[in-house]
Amino acid sequence: MAIVVKRPKLSFWEKLYLPGIIKGLGITLRHFFLSLTGKTKVSMQYPEEKWDSHLPEYYRGAPALVTDEQGRERCVACQLCEFICPPRAITIHPEEIPSEDKWAKVEKRPQEFEIDMIRCIYCGLCEEVCPEQAIFLRKEYAFTGLKREDMVHNKKRLYEIGGVREGLVNKWNELK
Amino acid sequence: MDITFILISVAKIIGLVFLTILPMVAYSVWAERRVSALIQDRVGPNRVGIPFTKIRLAGLGQPIADGIKFLLKEDFTPSHVRKGYYWLAPALTMVPALLTCAVLPFGSELFGIKMVIADLSVGPLFIFAIASLSVYGIVLAGWASNSKYPFLGGVRSSSQMISYEISLGLSIVPILMIFGQLNLSDIVMEQARNGWALLPLWGDRLSLKGFLLFIPIFISFVIFTTSMFAETNRLPFDLPECETELVAGYHTEYSSMKFALFFLGEYAAMIIGSGLAVTLFLGGWSLPFGWLVPEDGASVPFWMGALHILSFLGKVVAFILFFIWVRWSLPRFRYDQLMRLGWVFFFEIALFNILLTAGILLFVK
Amino acid sequence: MTALFYFFAFVMLAGGLGVVLTRSPVTSAFSMVVSFLGLAALFIMLHAYLIGTLQILVYAGAIMVLFLFIIMLLDLKAEEDRKISLFTVIGGALLVSVFASQIIKVVKALPAAAEAMPELSASASEDVKNTGLLMFTDYVFPLQIIGVLLLVATVGVIVLSKKELK
Repeated sequence: MAIVVKRPKLSFWEKLYLPGIIKGLGITLRHFFLSLTGKTKVSMQYPEEKWDSHLPEYYRGAPALVTDEQGRERCVACQLCEFICPPRAITIHPEEIPSEDKWAKVEKRPQEFEIDMIRCIYCGLCEEVCPEQAIFLRKEYAFTGLKREDMVHNKKRLYEIGGVREGLVNKWNELK
Repeated sequence: MDITFILISVAKIIGLVFLTILPMVAYSVWAERRVSALIQDRVGPNRVGIPFTKIRLAGLGQPIADGIKFLLKEDFTPSHVRKGYYWLAPALTMVPALLTCAVLPFGSELFGIKMVIADLSVGPLFIFAIASLSVYGIVLAGWASNSKYPFLGGVRSSSQMISYEISLGLSIVPILMIFGQLNLSDIVMEQARNGWALLPLWGDRLSLKGFLLFIPIFISFVIFTTSMFAETNRLPFDLPECETELVAGYHTEYSSMKFALFFLGEYAAMIIGSGLAVTLFLGGWSLPFGWLVPEDGASVPFWMGALHILSFLGKVVAFILFFIWVRWSLPRFRYDQLMRLGWVFFFEIALFNILLTAGILLFVK
Repeated sequence: MTALFYFFAFVMLAGGLGVVLTRSPVTSAFSMVVSFLGLAALFIMLHAYLIGTLQILVYAGAIMVLFLFIIMLLDLKAEEDRKISLFTVIGGALLVSVFASQIIKVVKALPAAAEAMPELSASASEDVKNTGLLMFTDYVFPLQIIGVLLLVATVGVIVLSKKELK
């Protein structure tokens, strides 16, 4: 069933259109002068001005690995993130921690940890799934490269971005 | 035909067309983008300045970069087009737009030479005649592209331009009646001495008759300006190329410099249209309130001639800004509304306006 | 000046030939526009500015646009494939030669054709005014008749096209 919408009845002035047109022109003119005198806030001039200092804590930038205050790399190469990653951006090559190492009881660590930033969709599932609080989405977002290989973050780069993160649960300290 | 006349004419053509109008075309594109950005609370192109430096000049290098881009892009000719006309069409939109500037008086005198390329006795008629040829470019582009959207754009454009040419022509008849001539230089001179058509505040026109005549002149001005928008396919009437329905209308199949020619043709037509409106309604090159009007037969000093040219260009620039302002304020008309406006309202009002002017001229002394 | 005359005369004649000789109707119509432009240029060279601009304004700018418009809406394939028969060629040539000989004869018989006319440049600045004065004084009756004729034609067209709609 069709709905009949009643057309509004226009007065003489409205039918002339000219007052409406002039009103509209007035609005755009106001915007023009406000922008011209810099009274309107416009978008940031990107390369010079950046959002970086305004980014909220929960900002989802590039995923990166973190170390804790004891300098231990938190990733235990359980490969859960590799498994859950929707675009399969993560590749982990695990290795055993040698017995003379201080953290030998952790048993496993990544030998190589690669995130392909061309594939990454910044969904944050890796951070959510990680049982060790080892991978976090940080505030870096501007990555460029001239080759595809440049866009793959290796372990070294990931720790560079991630840095040290304090105040996390350190369950390996208690475990013998 | 002596050689000095030809040389002077060539100098005037180069000075007006290549050193004034074409750069103005390029920079009106830039102005369009900057002004539209400001109206919409954005920034617009503000980056391109002098290459390899950090100097930006508020983006004034943008038109040059755009031009280089247009020249270097691949000039792609689709296989299904009618080649000859496909190549001819862009030139046919650009050339008439530039030809019409021949009769526009763009200044008083410089070194004792009249600042108009051809001082014809049929100025406005000449402009309408040449401007009416610019339909061919669009129609041929639409037809030669041999696909649906361009064709619909071409059909729309031709009917729109033919319809609005009538109200455009009729709307200036009152002006011609008031000034009693068709020579644009003389019309401007008359306005310089006795008050602009739209500003009758000095000279002979500061009288009851002048004020009464202001009414038909103002009606003329509204109709003329609106029809000019339709003739140049500018936004409230840009149905030939309206993106939402026709992709890009008649230039859908064009790329590279051929597309640029359509684009530049539109802006050139806009500049010439502004020039004509300024000449007929806003006193052409003259300054307001009868300042610095050259005496009959007396030579005009260089600074005064230059000032007159600047005055003309300033008015044209203001008019172009008005064009841009309107474009980014008003939504597009529906096609039947456009035709109704042209044939039912403007045509009748323009005819009535002629009658009104004749009445005032006849009965008010 | 003579070089210009020959140039524009050539443009006009080439346009005229193009109308007759090309197969595509669009090209024919376009050649006609070129021919009109050449003609207008010749008028302007005779200092007849008004008639020259009117030639462009009315014929090239309005009437031919409508022509082109209609032609483009038609199916052009049939026209391009049409064969020319010998009979039409001979018949056409015969008609043309008869008309041409008549025109030449009439023009030669005119007394004014023998002597060179003075140049129009003296009255050139006034030709709009003179035309207007003549039209609204001496020839006002024919002008009105033509106006009524056009009105009748317009009304007739509207009546015919509306009838078809029903």
